[in-house]
Amino acid sequence: MDLWSSIGIWVAAFLTLSIYSVLYRDNPFYRFAEHLFVGVSVGYGIVLSIYQGFIPFAWKPFTAAMTGESLTGFIKLIPIGIGLLFFARLSPRHTWLIRYPIAILIGFGSGIAIPNVLRANIFEQTRGTIEPFAAIYAGTLAGWGIFEAVLMVVGVVCTLIYFFFSTEHRGPVKWLSKVGIAFLMIGFGSAFGNTVMGRVALLIQRVDFLLSDWLHIIQ
Amino acid sequence: MIKITQWIVVTLVLCLSVSVAFSQGLAPPSNVTAVDTPNDDGSSITIKWDTAAEDSGVSGYQILRQIADGELEAIGDLLPVEATSYVDSAIEQGTAYSYVVRAVDETEATVDSDQTAPVEGKDQWFHTGKVPLLITMLLFSAAILWNIYDARRGKDIFVRRIPGLEAVDEAIGRATEMGRSILYSTGLGGVSGVATIASMTILAQVARRTADYETALRVPCRDPIVLNVVREMVKTAYLEEGRPDAYNEDDIFFVTNSQFAYAAGVEGMMLRERPAAIFLQGTFYAESLILAETGNSVGAIQIAGTDSEHQLPFFIAACDYTLIGEELYAASAYLSREPMLLGSLRGQDWGKLLIFSAIILGVALELSGISWITTLLQRVN
Repeated sequence: MDLWSSIGIWVAAFLTLSIYSVLYRDNPFYRFAEHLFVGVSVGYGIVLSIYQGFIPFAWKPFTAAMTGESLTGFIKLIPIGIGLLFFARLSPRHTWLIRYPIAILIGFGSGIAIPNVLRANIFEQTRGTIEPFAAIYAGTLAGWGIFEAVLMVVGVVCTLIYFFFSTEHRGPVKWLSKVGIAFLMIGFGSAFGNTVMGRVALLIQRVDFLLSDWLHIIQ
Repeated sequence: MIKITQWIVVTLVLCLSVSVAFSQGLAPPSNVTAVDTPNDDGSSITIKWDTAAEDSGVSGYQILRQIADGELEAIGDLLPVEATSYVDSAIEQGTAYSYVVRAVDETEATVDSDQTAPVEGKDQWFHTGKVPLLITMLLFSAAILWNIYDARRGKDIFVRRIPGLEAVDEAIGRATEMGRSILYSTGLGGVSGVATIASMTILAQVARRTADYETALRVPCRDPIVLNVVREMVKTAYLEEGRPDAYNEDDIFFVTNSQFAYAAGVEGMMLRERPAAIFLQGTFYAESLILAETGNSVGAIQIAGTDSEHQLPFFIAACDYTLIGEELYAASAYLSREPMLLGSLRGQDWGKLLIFSAIILGVALELSGISWITTLLQRVN
């Protein structure tokens, strides 16, 4: 192993332990690692924004338009101009101009997000809930499959009832919403277990790095 | 010696005859059509043909393309025998293409279909497949607008109790009494994320109260655009409460846009500043438990809310109150009691009622052998 690799491993091990030291309490090692992490990530983010955002999407098309290479680059002046309005906040007199790019961004984002959310979270989920009953009618689903289909409808309907806000939850609505929250909690419990397993895998990876690459205790 | 040579020649002739006979039995793909792919931006052409008969001997298909008077050239990989269509996405608008579908058998013998008429890719302005989506959106919008109109006319709109939101005043009051700050994280989402928008509207309501109580409100942001929106919203809230002097722009700041560096930075803030109340509202990913556990360890009252279903269990485990999914969207209406937001909330409930009815009706129809609801929902894709 060359010298630079060894230095890299020692630095990585030091920073790993510094970050983990917060489990005991806040201390200078954690503060150093935290500030280094934040600073490096901001610097990296700025470079990434310049090379993957500004240069290919603004500078290159604009210079191409200026040199007469491709006049379509002049269209980019519109988003560039809208983006520059963000700097209006530097002038107290013109700070109101910042509302335009914000409004455009939120409007554009919502316009893209809402149809996709409707399709993926409503249409697809509704179809998935109803579809097994076609199989029940066709006789291709039996026993446990029928139970699962019915359970899914009960779960979806009761959970929907829990999320009704303009109705008071009393009488049958109260009980159905309680069933709904029970379904939610079962789902959360399962997601919790699943995610914890993933996080333990990440911890094992770090411990493996410390014991294997750094200390060479395990091979 | 002559006999052996004769045998070899006879065998070769026989093999050749069998091969020719077999390839003669290979039928060309029928009903081959090439059309501009509907509902796209003109960047593809769809080629279709009929399924080969089971005993046809076809083992796959190769698509050949011709541009104007040029040569026929093979495009894409060999398609499986089950394929009955191919989408050519490597086309240029304004150029006409014609196609041949070549059937291939196990011995690599081939037979070509008739060449299709030339076709060009054209872009469509209106995606007809999304008409049901448009109708649903119009229905939802109409329900929301109707209810907003109703609420503005002064009609009282009931909103059920949401425990997590009733604790907002308690959390702010606690921070004020202890003389400590309130930490509010809008999560990792961008400005167009639904959860981030909901989080920012809750923040505006929290800011109104902190303006009244003169409690420090610290908002570390991960997105520079969210930072600007948040500053505007908080500033407006302080102005509306008549306390512009209490607004401190430096309390709303950018940390970093890297997920775990942001988590490390906010965690450090929690440990050093020891806020009395922590709000974690918006989109969160793997850092959710790091933040919630640290907040818990410094003894802060924590109110979390997210629509990231995989992070909700962690918030439920480590926070005092958690807004689950849509409760986060309902929060701004609940806190502000503004007619527009209340009307919008009831409009959303009407939408849920529509989904509820579609499920019940859909199940009943499917059990009767009628599947037009599932067919309709399928068409949207």
